[in-house]
Amino acid sequence: MSQDRPTAAELIDAVREFIEKDVAPELSGQKAFHARVAANALTLAMRELRDGPATDAAARDRLRNLLGEEGDLETLNRRLAERIRVGEMDDRADATLDHLLKTAEDKLRIANPRHLPRAGLE
Amino acid sequence: MNEQLAAALSAALDRRLGPGHRIEDLTRLSGGASRETWRAVASDAAGARQAVILKRDPPDATGPAGGVDASLGVDRKTEHAAFRAAGGAGVPVPRTLFLAEPADGLGDGFVMEAIEGETIARKILREPEFAEARPLLARQCGAAAARIHAIDPATLPGLRRLDADAELAIYRRLLDRFEPPQPGFEFGLRWLQRHAPEDRPETVVHGDFRNGNIIVGPDGLRAVLDWELAHLGDPMSDLGWICVRSWRYGADQPVGGFGTREDLFAAYEEAGGAPVDPSIVHYWEVFGTLRWGVMCMMMGFGHLDGAHRSVEMAAIGRRSAETEYDFLRLIEDNGNKP
Repeated sequence: MSQDRPTAAELIDAVREFIEKDVAPELSGQKAFHARVAANALTLAMRELRDGPATDAAARDRLRNLLGEEGDLETLNRRLAERIRVGEMDDRADATLDHLLKTAEDKLRIANPRHLPRAGLE
Repeated sequence: MNEQLAAALSAALDRRLGPGHRIEDLTRLSGGASRETWRAVASDAAGARQAVILKRDPPDATGPAGGVDASLGVDRKTEHAAFRAAGGAGVPVPRTLFLAEPADGLGDGFVMEAIEGETIARKILREPEFAEARPLLARQCGAAAARIHAIDPATLPGLRRLDADAELAIYRRLLDRFEPPQPGFEFGLRWLQRHAPEDRPETVVHGDFRNGNIIVGPDGLRAVLDWELAHLGDPMSDLGWICVRSWRYGADQPVGGFGTREDLFAAYEEAGGAPVDPSIVHYWEVFGTLRWGVMCMMMGFGHLDGAHRSVEMAAIGRRSAETEYDFLRLIEDNGNKP
């Protein structure tokens, strides 16, 4: 890391705190709502900065196994999307679903962790 | 208050009901760039007051707001006809007053009575004043759905046919616009294409029948709103849609966050609906969950491509992850049968 502190994540956190503590209380109605949305978006971005790299690495490892191919994460994801689309993963639907569910869980831990623990789906 | 709109509204009432109408408390309720909902209190020459709703595409609308209704929705004339047909079939809906004509200067729209009650789903699910209403809602929604599906399609010639395959083709085209491709959504789409139930009956379908599009009072369901996605299709799609987890707003009960599938299905059948096959409703729940995910992506990309720059739209884009998780779980629960 060649940059100084506060890091990108720490700066984002400072802005989030500013919006929550100083800006939002001054607003009302839709602008107040949007201020909360903005603060939540920054919280999401911080989680992504923190956990994104490990999540991406795990997804890439799973994709290499599932597809039997090498490549970076974006290439492998494009390859999987294409193979699902043309039916080439139909005979390995369970393994595909297993990978996709793990990926979806990892995405939710960043996008909205509160959506995860409640099973909710019966 | 928008004086010009108030004047146009009172003049439109005068033309139909006699002179002397006045408009007070005109307030914009919601809507995007191309769709507006207004509430006002109208009083006639004798002083009788009535709360009314104007739903319209304004005369100077700049085009579709980018919502799903841009590709799927009906026009206001057809929505007005749907409200009337629904009322005639015994569905609780607001009484419509008139369809706007060009001379009214109101844009494409219609005016209906305002029904008192709550439409915000989170309040319906949490406020103490609806505590006695909540246990009634799944059954009341089941009965309302049965009546919707009994509407004579011949009374609504403006509705288009949309079966699962046709709607999936729309989502296929939309997904192709989003970069990079999403393997999870590709999997969901593929599953839905391969499991589409065959030989389904075709009825009038509300198309957006869920918590958030109903008016609820302390006594329960008062009205079914927002008929802009009405079409001819599989009636079970309405029952699947109201079960989609996104419409539970964090509450636990599967039907709109307020009730059980058993209550929904039983009341549906008791009100004259065809016998419910839960596996077909499950299909439509998977379908609806993916559908909402595609809409979230549309809003996120509407922000990214500049059509509708907004932090709210940007944040909604990331909510597609919730729907992706939910429909994959639903497919897994179903045994991911080949």
